[in-house]
Amino acid sequence: MAQQDGPTPLERFINGILPENPVYRQLLGMCPTLAVTNGMKAAMTMSAAVAFVLICANIVTSLIRGLLKPHLRILVFTLTIATFVTIADRFLAAYMYQMSKQLGPYVPLIIVNCIIICRCEVCASKQPVFTAASDAVGQSLGFALALASIATVREILGSGTWFGLRVLPEMWPDWVIMVLPPGAFLTLGLLLGTANWIGSLRAKGSQTSQEG
Amino acid sequence: MKNDIGQAWLVIVLSLLFGGALAGVQAKLQGKIEENRLAETLSQIPRLVPGAQSGEATVLAGRSVYRAMVGERQVGWVLLAGGQGFADRIDLLIGLDVGVKTLTGLYVLDQRETPGLGNRIVEDAWRGQFVGKTTAAPLQVTKAEAAVQSEIRSVTGATISSESVCDIVNSTVADLRDELAAEAIRE
Repeated sequence: MAQQDGPTPLERFINGILPENPVYRQLLGMCPTLAVTNGMKAAMTMSAAVAFVLICANIVTSLIRGLLKPHLRILVFTLTIATFVTIADRFLAAYMYQMSKQLGPYVPLIIVNCIIICRCEVCASKQPVFTAASDAVGQSLGFALALASIATVREILGSGTWFGLRVLPEMWPDWVIMVLPPGAFLTLGLLLGTANWIGSLRAKGSQTSQEG
Repeated sequence: MKNDIGQAWLVIVLSLLFGGALAGVQAKLQGKIEENRLAETLSQIPRLVPGAQSGEATVLAGRSVYRAMVGERQVGWVLLAGGQGFADRIDLLIGLDVGVKTLTGLYVLDQRETPGLGNRIVEDAWRGQFVGKTTAAPLQVTKAEAAVQSEIRSVTGATISSESVCDIVNSTVADLRDELAAEAIRE
């Protein structure tokens, strides 16, 4: 298979973090984004699990990219992803038992997380291993950053804590709704709006500077 | 046929490889996972049966039960019980005295009830109501202050979660009462 041109490893890495952030820019992986961001600990464990699966799946897919049959590729991606998700799930149950109980079905659901299949399709099945790996690391960092931003807002307002540590005074009336599902939608909506607003301001800024 | 294999060989090979890898992971971690579950249960036993120092797992009438022991003497029972809650399955540990006359404790092992409402069933204040209840009459949930011995005050806004817990306790105790009393090690 001839080497195809595409973004370089560094471009892939940087794009994943902000310019093509999986949550704020691509709106992928919404299920864990909404479901496990009621506390920082759960959000960071989820990010780590997704990072593990994404990096492994991208590397394996990239290694076998020359053997893929176009109409069977999604099947192979899913098979690869499911394997690594199951490993992550068993590992959590063995070494982080309480956290595994808290995350419940959301760890097995990483199998259907679109970020991973999207990266396999867009990058790993077309580019060499190093590019695929740096793409996976970048996207994982972007995902972790997005989950951290939402979880920070929700945990502080909803429980008065951050990573389980008290940050607001005891008199703070915990906004329980922030820990409940509506809080996830409210927070995601507001943060997404803010991200787009900043994006459009910057786009305007660069336009005027070009004109001037 | 030949063409099919030509198309699918990668999927078949990968399936076998991944299946083998997963079997390995499972074989390696299975023991550890079971241990975590058992450790959590055993660590709760002294809190579920007053005075108990250790627990012994055993199976009775097809269910997991634990003898709460002080040295060689049995002082109570801990039962693993589960049932449908409001959102998902609720798993409980129920502490009983050795004669299965009184509830001595209740612990929620696993639940996914609504945060802030139903999940308050895990709080000490609510679970504490079960301590000292007699097993003679089935427990009932009330929305007012519990007036009679067999009443449990529901968590505000989570009547279904509260009733689920009471139902699980009632049915488990009713199912196992006779077997437990007969099997107790007495001295």
